[in-house]
Parts: sequence; structure tokens; C-alpha cells
Amino acid sequence: MSRTTLDIWVGIFVLVGIGALFFLALRVGNVSSVDLTDAYTVRGQFDNIGGLKVRAPVKSAGVVVGRVNDIRFDTNSYRAVVEMSIAREFEFPRDTIASILTSGLLGEQYIGLDPGGDVENLQNGDMLQITQSAIVLEKLIGQFLFDRAAADKD
Amino acid sequence: MNVWLSAFRRVGNMVTEGVWRLGFATRFLGLILLYSGQSLRRVHLTIREIYFSGVLSLLIIVVSGLFVGLVLGLQGYETLQRFGSGDALGVLVALSLTRELGPVVAGLLFASRAGSAVTAEVGLMKTTEQLKAMDMMAVNPIARVAAPRFWGGVIAMPLLAAIFTAMGIFGGWLIGVVVIGVDAGAFWSQMQAAVDFRYDILNGVIKSVVFGVAVSLIAVFEGYDCHPTAEGISRAITRTVVSSALAILALDFVLTSFMFRGTS
Repeated sequence: MSRTTLDIWVGIFVLVGIGALFFLALRVGNVSSVDLTDAYTVRGQFDNIGGLKVRAPVKSAGVVVGRVNDIRFDTNSYRAVVEMSIAREFEFPRDTIASILTSGLLGEQYIGLDPGGDVENLQNGDMLQITQSAIVLEKLIGQFLFDRAAADKD
Repeated sequence: MNVWLSAFRRVGNMVTEGVWRLGFATRFLGLILLYSGQSLRRVHLTIREIYFSGVLSLLIIVVSGLFVGLVLGLQGYETLQRFGSGDALGVLVALSLTRELGPVVAGLLFASRAGSAVTAEVGLMKTTEQLKAMDMMAVNPIARVAAPRFWGGVIAMPLLAAIFTAMGIFGGWLIGVVVIGVDAGAFWSQMQAAVDFRYDILNGVIKSVVFGVAVSLIAVFEGYDCHPTAEGISRAITRTVVSSALAILALDFVLTSFMFRGTS
């Protein structure tokens, strides 16, 4: 069996195809900024999660440290239970505050972690004690109008 | 009464015929996989088929990828700038190409460019009784003819889809950044932030592999199963293109609903 001119064309084709895949992987996509293969999960209860979605980022100081795994409704407390996994390399004190924030005015919602001062760190399966719900625009406007009305009366 | 009866018969015949062919196609796939070992030992046969279905499809894939990207760039910018988010053009172009348009349009082009050629070739081989002659000479026609064409298509299709997607993003960049003047930094950085390698790109590649298997199987099977007449070949080619297109779109829906089911 000898080499033919056909082989070089197939070789070029395969190279171009693999090159296109590399272009997609390196230039277009990001190989998940956080590696969540080694991660621990914590949960938090929120009164209102607004538009938070599964797979939304969990950020601390603006850096992505994890992702939201699961969102459920707890029928005992009537609150939303959000389960998030955080990469093992990032450790947070046990009294860390989780709040649901929005990136930009109309951007996606994410969970922001503000570390507290506890000496012990969060363990797998822990419950975050202090949480802050998403700001619902309608409620905010309602509050504002209500305050204005109260102020005008005085 | 007689008219009704014959119509009823025809419907029944179509159903049994369809089920029959489906079963035969499944057995055919099993045979191809079974004899793949034999034909992979003579790998130059498969390389030849990669040349015919992959390399010769490059031109149409590159050109149409470029044009799809150009159109996405124009249309996307026109819609996005109404909401003052023209910078998100890169995200729109990249996500729609990696997730959907890349695999699907490349699959449709592949079916009509390479699938139809394979059907015609195998069908003509059957019509001129070359397949029977091979059988007589103790050459297994499935290992010699069907399996290399099948694997050639399965290997070529994901590569073609990746090239299509890359060309589309290049087209979007050409229109967005070079012609319209979207900020290049925002275009690329927002794209990179939004497109996830595993979730978006890898799922697109999986899609294109599945489409490659479906189109190649349909193409080889229709050729192998055609009526050995001139009309039979032309019908088989039509069926290849039609059922490949249907299979791609239906499989795309199924795969999308598995891969990207709406969050929460």
C-alpha cells in the first residue's frame, strides 16, 4: 500500500476540522472557569429567589467560585431552598452571607457570597444561616410609591 | 366499496412496508458494526470515503457557513441594537451556531451533498450487480462497500460541523466587528463568557456525531435497498435526502430537549 495524493487531502481535511474544534474550544468557549469536579455543596433558604436559575454562577467578590445545582420549594417553611456547589479550593467561614444579586440592570441573576468572620469553615451539606433575597422590582416600586404617598400626606 | 378497500390495503401495505424497512435498516446497522473490524483493517477504504464525503463537501460547507454567519451578524445586530445591547452580538452568533445551526445545517448540507452521492454509488453498484459479484467472489459487500462509506460519513460529519461553526463565527465577526463596528473586545469577551465548552460546544459535537451516524446509515441503506432499476436509484436518492432531513430535524428536537432543557 502506498501513499496517494488523496491521503494528503484527507489529512488536510482532518487537520482543518480539528483546528476548527480547537478554535471553538479556545477562542469561542471557556473551559468552565471553575472546576466543579471536586466540590462541596451547601444550601441556603431564600424568601424569594426572583429569576435565579439552575447553573447560575455563585460569585464572591465578583469571582465565580461555584454554580447553583438545584432549586426546590420547601413546603414546611414555604421558602425556596437553593443548593449550590462550590469548588473545594474555595473555603468560606460558616457565617457567610448569601444574597441573590443581578449583574447589570437587566443581566442574569447570581448568588453573591460575603464571607463572615467565623473561625470554622463551611462543610459539605451545611445550611447557610443568613441569606438575602432577590430584589423584586415591583415590590421596590410599590414601596417607593407608598413612601411618597406617606411623605406627601405629612 | 372497492375503492375504499384498495385505499385501506394501500395504507396497510405502507405501514408493513415501513416497519419491514425499519427492521431491515436496524439489522443492516448491526451487520455494518459487526463487519467494521474487517473493513477497518483495510483503512485506506475508509480514508477514500472520507475524501469523497468530507473533503469534497468542504467548499459548500465553508461557503454556506460563512453566509449563515454573515446573515446572523446582520439580523442579530439589527434586533439586538433595539435593546441597546449590540455588544452581545458575539454571544448570539456563537450560541446559535454551536448549539443548533452548526450541526443541523451542516447535517442537511452533508445529506444532500455526500449522502445522495453515496446512495447513487451503492445503488448503481447494486443495479449493475457488482454487489452480487463480490458475494460470488467471497468478498463481503457489507465489509467492502457499506462499512467504509458508513464510517467515512461518521468521521467526516463532526469535522464538517466544526468547520461550519467556525466559519459562521468568522462571518459574524466580519459583519459585526469589521463592517458594523461592534467593539472587538466586547464581541470576543462576551462570547467567551457565555459559551461553555462542555455545555455548548461538546453538546454540539455530540449532535453532529449523531447526525453523522443517522445520515450515513440512511444513505448506505437506501442505496443497498434500492430497486435495481434506473427509476429505483432516483427514488432511493430522493428518499435519502428527504428522510435524512426529517431524521436530522427530529433527532435535533429530541437531543435538544435532553441537553438544554430549560433551567429550573
